[in-house]
Amino acid sequence: MNGAALLEHSIRAAAVRRPALAAFLTGGFPEMDAFGSLLRRVAAAADIVEIGIPFTDPMADGVTIQESSRKALESGVTLSWILETVERAECEAPIVLMSYLNPVIAMGLTTFARRAAEAGVAGLIVPDLPLEECEPIKSALDDTGVALVQLVTPVTPPRRLERLCRLSQGFVYAVTVTGTTGGDVGHSVAMLDYLDRVCEVSPVPVLAGFGIRDAAQVRAVSTHADGVIVGSALIEVLERGGDPIAFLRKLTDEGKVEVET
Amino acid sequence: MSTASSGPWAASYATLDDLVAGRLPDDNGRYGAFGGRFVPETLVQALSRLENGAREAFRDPAFRQALDNELSDWVGRPTPLTRANRLGEAWGATVYLKREDLTHTGAHKINNAIGQALLARRLGAARVVAETGAGQHGVAAAAACARLGLPCTVYMGAIDAKRQAPNVDRIRRLGAELLQVTKGDQTLRSAIDEALRDWVSDPESTYYMLGSAVGPHPYPWLVCELQSVIGREARAQILEQEGRLPDLAVACVGGGSNAIGLFHPLLEDRQIEMLGIEAGGTGEDHGLNAATLRFGTAGVLHGSYSTLLQDEHGQIQETHSVSAGLDYPGVGPEHAFLHSIGRVKYETISDDEAVAAVDECCALEGILPALESAHALAGAKRWAAGRRDSCILIGLSGRGDKDLATLMSYPRGNES
Repeated sequence: MNGAALLEHSIRAAAVRRPALAAFLTGGFPEMDAFGSLLRRVAAAADIVEIGIPFTDPMADGVTIQESSRKALESGVTLSWILETVERAECEAPIVLMSYLNPVIAMGLTTFARRAAEAGVAGLIVPDLPLEECEPIKSALDDTGVALVQLVTPVTPPRRLERLCRLSQGFVYAVTVTGTTGGDVGHSVAMLDYLDRVCEVSPVPVLAGFGIRDAAQVRAVSTHADGVIVGSALIEVLERGGDPIAFLRKLTDEGKVEVET
Repeated sequence: MSTASSGPWAASYATLDDLVAGRLPDDNGRYGAFGGRFVPETLVQALSRLENGAREAFRDPAFRQALDNELSDWVGRPTPLTRANRLGEAWGATVYLKREDLTHTGAHKINNAIGQALLARRLGAARVVAETGAGQHGVAAAAACARLGLPCTVYMGAIDAKRQAPNVDRIRRLGAELLQVTKGDQTLRSAIDEALRDWVSDPESTYYMLGSAVGPHPYPWLVCELQSVIGREARAQILEQEGRLPDLAVACVGGGSNAIGLFHPLLEDRQIEMLGIEAGGTGEDHGLNAATLRFGTAGVLHGSYSTLLQDEHGQIQETHSVSAGLDYPGVGPEHAFLHSIGRVKYETISDDEAVAAVDECCALEGILPALESAHALAGAKRWAAGRRDSCILIGLSGRGDKDLATLMSYPRGNES
């Protein structure tokens, strides 16, 4: 199975019972040494694990992920180290990397695509790579079967939304707030309408992310998307030294609703 | 001089002829391989709206007239071209200074700020956000927004706010909200990061007034359009005063807005050599300078593909310069292109040399230049050293009043 099929399968399998859950970890945070085992445990509790590649200038991220990225960089985390760690961890759930473009350019597009595939990475999300610029990286990833996931936002116009959904591989990342990660997401009717619009046009599953913090929000969006991405809230649990697995279980158990199949 | 420029991201062929003929940036916002629009999806529409709005505005005679009126009546243009007789005598050259230090608010930044403020108003923006390094763009943005009645928020790195304290006060007095950025490297780069985050949160009704010729398309083009008044005026003035074009045009380069403003209108005068001066700081090692074109490699920062100071993993490096306005790890994509085709040469001047150039300009011309502009003076002096009787045009981008605290505490170990 290529990365796109693996991601789609994992989301659809979960979504039969409950909204699929993608858990976000900042690569190498909070501890480099313990990250491999954290990754394995989180991959056993979530349907997809998204690993953020720390970058010095994360313009799409809010305070929580900025701070975790800074700490990870200080302790010496690199894209190369994250790929090695993913390869060794042999996780249950598919892995998606979220990286700003520059670290990927620095590694080289073809080298990155090859090494990501070898490490068992299923997909890649690049928050500063709009549709118009994605061809070079897409062709490199296509050669190795790693999916390129597109993001859509509440301000994306209808036609562009449709195009992004059609081109997205594995799933579509529906950004639920206009702003940075961890921002405050309302349950406004407008937001739910937006998610409905995305689902309507998307041939691949839709995951809602940016600012999803608790089970109530998971429930609220669950009938309007195939699943959710939880990032900043999980990083905050790790920062506090809390139990990430208990947090994720709560989201999957209490986030459960009657899902129409 | 028309060679291919390519990068590991997307090879693209363009020549100086393309640039001079107005074919660059191309439809993708590229100058050869450099430029483009590498931003989150949230900003894509806002940038398209800005580009379309700016192109329409520049075609509208009423907008051009309003801009010309502000430039003459409020900014104080045209700025003089001063023949620097005693500097010229000392260097063995004919030296002209393009006096952007004499604009309202004391630096070239105001040319861009008032133009973009008029554009923001025309596009119906509810508020303006801006970043600032040395504080000059922050002051210019605050002043231009006050002039047009637009609410303005300025982001400034905490380190810069400390070394340019008078500008912090000026920005606030001019009615802008000033927010200090305590994250990242706490200089211009973190201020841009934070301004972009602000804009991402409200791309529909916030206008982002970027102050340098960097960032995603259309900013490098837009800022160049608004700063080109420097080179257009200087060209006409030197023809009138000296009866000829200069042998060299020189300007300092951080992001590169004053330099592109001076260079761009002179590009087709191929007999004019051009020299951009980057901040050499205190040495060649990582973190000791901000000489992007000298030591950098290609990559993406702040929405455009250009040359960056970065490590092997693509992480952006810390930079250093005695002048806050040059303390930036990237450079505008048009400069990266001009460097790649060899039309402009880029060299470095150290902190010590820049400070010495401030002193020399004060002593010989009675002009206190900004530390940024002093890099251009020192670069011109070095260029003149090997040549007799050449004619040099220097972009004096701003005045140095803001640097007095830095100059007073600068260690003068080598003074005789």
